[in-house]
Amino acid sequence: MNLADIQKIAEQEVDFERAYKYRINVCCSSGCVPLGAFKVLKAFEEAVKEFGVEKECKVAKTGCVGTCSVGPAVIIEPGDYLYQNVTPEKVREIVRDHIVLGLPVKSMLYGNPAFFKKQHRLVLRNAGKIDPSRIQDYIAMGGYSAIVKCLATMTPQGIIYEVATSKLRGRGGAGFPTGQKWSLVARAHGKPKYIVANLDEGDPGVFANRTLAEADPHAILEGMLIAAYAIGAEKGYLYIRSEYPLAIQTLQKAIAQAKSLSLLGDNVLETGFKFDVELRFGAGAFVAGEETAILASVEGRRAMPRPRPPYPANSGLWGKPTLIQNVETLANIPIIIQNGGAWFSKIGTPRCTGTKCFSLTGKTNNPGLIEVPMGITLREVVFDIGGGVPEGRKFKAVLVGGPSGGCLPDALLDLPIDYDSLTRVGAIMGSGGIVVLDDHSCMVDTAKFFTEFCVDESCGRCTPCRAGLIRVKEVFDNLTQGNARMEDITTLEKASSYIRDASLCGLGQTAPNPVLTTLRYFRDEYVEHIRDKTCRAGKCFKKEERGATP
Amino acid sequence: MSKDDSRRVMLEKVMKDHGYQESALLEILHKAQEIYGYLDKELLMDISGSLNLPPSHVFGVATFYSFFKLKRPGQHIVTGCMGTACYVKGADEIMQAVEREYNIKRGESTPDGKLSLLVTRCIGACAMAPTIIVDDEVIAKATKEIVLQKIKQVLGGT
Repeated sequence: MNLADIQKIAEQEVDFERAYKYRINVCCSSGCVPLGAFKVLKAFEEAVKEFGVEKECKVAKTGCVGTCSVGPAVIIEPGDYLYQNVTPEKVREIVRDHIVLGLPVKSMLYGNPAFFKKQHRLVLRNAGKIDPSRIQDYIAMGGYSAIVKCLATMTPQGIIYEVATSKLRGRGGAGFPTGQKWSLVARAHGKPKYIVANLDEGDPGVFANRTLAEADPHAILEGMLIAAYAIGAEKGYLYIRSEYPLAIQTLQKAIAQAKSLSLLGDNVLETGFKFDVELRFGAGAFVAGEETAILASVEGRRAMPRPRPPYPANSGLWGKPTLIQNVETLANIPIIIQNGGAWFSKIGTPRCTGTKCFSLTGKTNNPGLIEVPMGITLREVVFDIGGGVPEGRKFKAVLVGGPSGGCLPDALLDLPIDYDSLTRVGAIMGSGGIVVLDDHSCMVDTAKFFTEFCVDESCGRCTPCRAGLIRVKEVFDNLTQGNARMEDITTLEKASSYIRDASLCGLGQTAPNPVLTTLRYFRDEYVEHIRDKTCRAGKCFKKEERGATP
Repeated sequence: MSKDDSRRVMLEKVMKDHGYQESALLEILHKAQEIYGYLDKELLMDISGSLNLPPSHVFGVATFYSFFKLKRPGQHIVTGCMGTACYVKGADEIMQAVEREYNIKRGESTPDGKLSLLVTRCIGACAMAPTIIVDDEVIAKATKEIVLQKIKQVLGGT
């Protein structure tokens, strides 16, 4: 396999696809499988044979299109007709009307075009369109052409320049400029150099990285390859949560296929460039997503953060220069190389370019995975894409950034989504979780839930985080049982500021965010809990004891 | 060869494949749990001896990560997802119902060893919240009734 061979595979594959008039894409990702996606896939394979149209139709198993609440979802191309809630019983009718007669079954189509209208799909460009278990599908969509371009025509410095020009920032949450990070690792002394791709999506309520890995695993691998070539790394580790079995399986297969086409290995596409990827499995530790903790975990130790400097760029895995990058960041790289950094920098806002994937969940009409340009407002996400709050309930708050994010009220709905605006109001971008809450949710109880999460997940290294969070939790226990006093609000504020200021890593520094934002925007509810011993959502002061979370 | 020996042979092979390296400890613990179902004290001592690591190090790692089970799990396992989306959609109420029905708390097993009730932080199926996993089957958009029914069904099957 050499550089020209990749181009040949792409051409062959496109010709092969042309022989089919229709392509039926059945979503078989973690969302649709529990709803019966495999039965639907089988029903389509049988139905096209039954109607004698198997030569015209390609039935493919694909990744997620994002409309997870109405699964199993099926897309029929051309025309991108999206069928929702497909069951094996409905399949015959779809094949008969849509394929044989050419009349799409309107009553079964996804009825909410607004869900897609405001999205901008760059990272998820292939999600739901290609079969993730076939590397040829990815190559046919222009995949691996970016690494071919890099190896054939670009210098490592030239690649870093393009990435810097794109103004791409790390999608793991902190938003560090990617180009700058690459040039730090490229200039660092020490060999070998390593890449760690972070797919330890520990935020509960977030599934963007899982979806990406299940739908388009090669985009992550190609991003790693380009990064490796640019910084001079020979070995990459892809750290993934063990809670994602399908994503693990998909990636294992993708790595094996890339190796068989010599896209990974000792002599990548006969250019002499050497790079290999190994999977590493997490084991249920939220803190392992932090950059120094993930290093400890890859080395086989407890995932505990350490002070910086030295930064991983100079002293990472086994003391060698290491680039740590979230997989969503890496999946952006091939399109930046193909289209140029200047092109990418025009998407989004001037300071925050590109797009961001969000998991939209909670009390929303259209839960699912979305990708929107930076700078879109929360209102557009919650009401236009999400379709508002179901069952006629009233919108109360939106939680941005996972368990250490912030709870924002309706007054802040016109806030543009970018790293800086979110930080200003007390939330964070985090790994991209947006949870909508309605008036059934109590804000005190919500803050308590997140505090309990952080108590469990604190690694115990820094006393303010380990002991301080327990103190905060005790106050919440009192608040929800009717034993709190007004002074306790001050205790919460004080403890939160100590935890934020005196913890080493991102977990401790952001753990108080839910407490501080609920105090800032929903203080009335705290006062009601203390003074009147009432909870307007009817969640607290129940006699029944809540089970302890292990 | 007894069943135990064959499991030990599998574990030995895993450790050998990783070159008995310290950095592969997590991978080895994952595999050991797959082979034995859980990690008890003897097993951890065995691994610490084979990798030439202090027992405190191996125990420290095994107890740090919540994915590793240190107690023998029940024959059937019910895992409730307590991620944010599931919590907001009432996962806690479902778990309480299971706790009441079988008189166990989260993290415990029934005295007859038939059923364990566990909690996971998020399985990433948030759009179908709440989700409860009964043995290996994910129940999407779960309700109390469906979950209790399902548990009854799997318990009846033993």
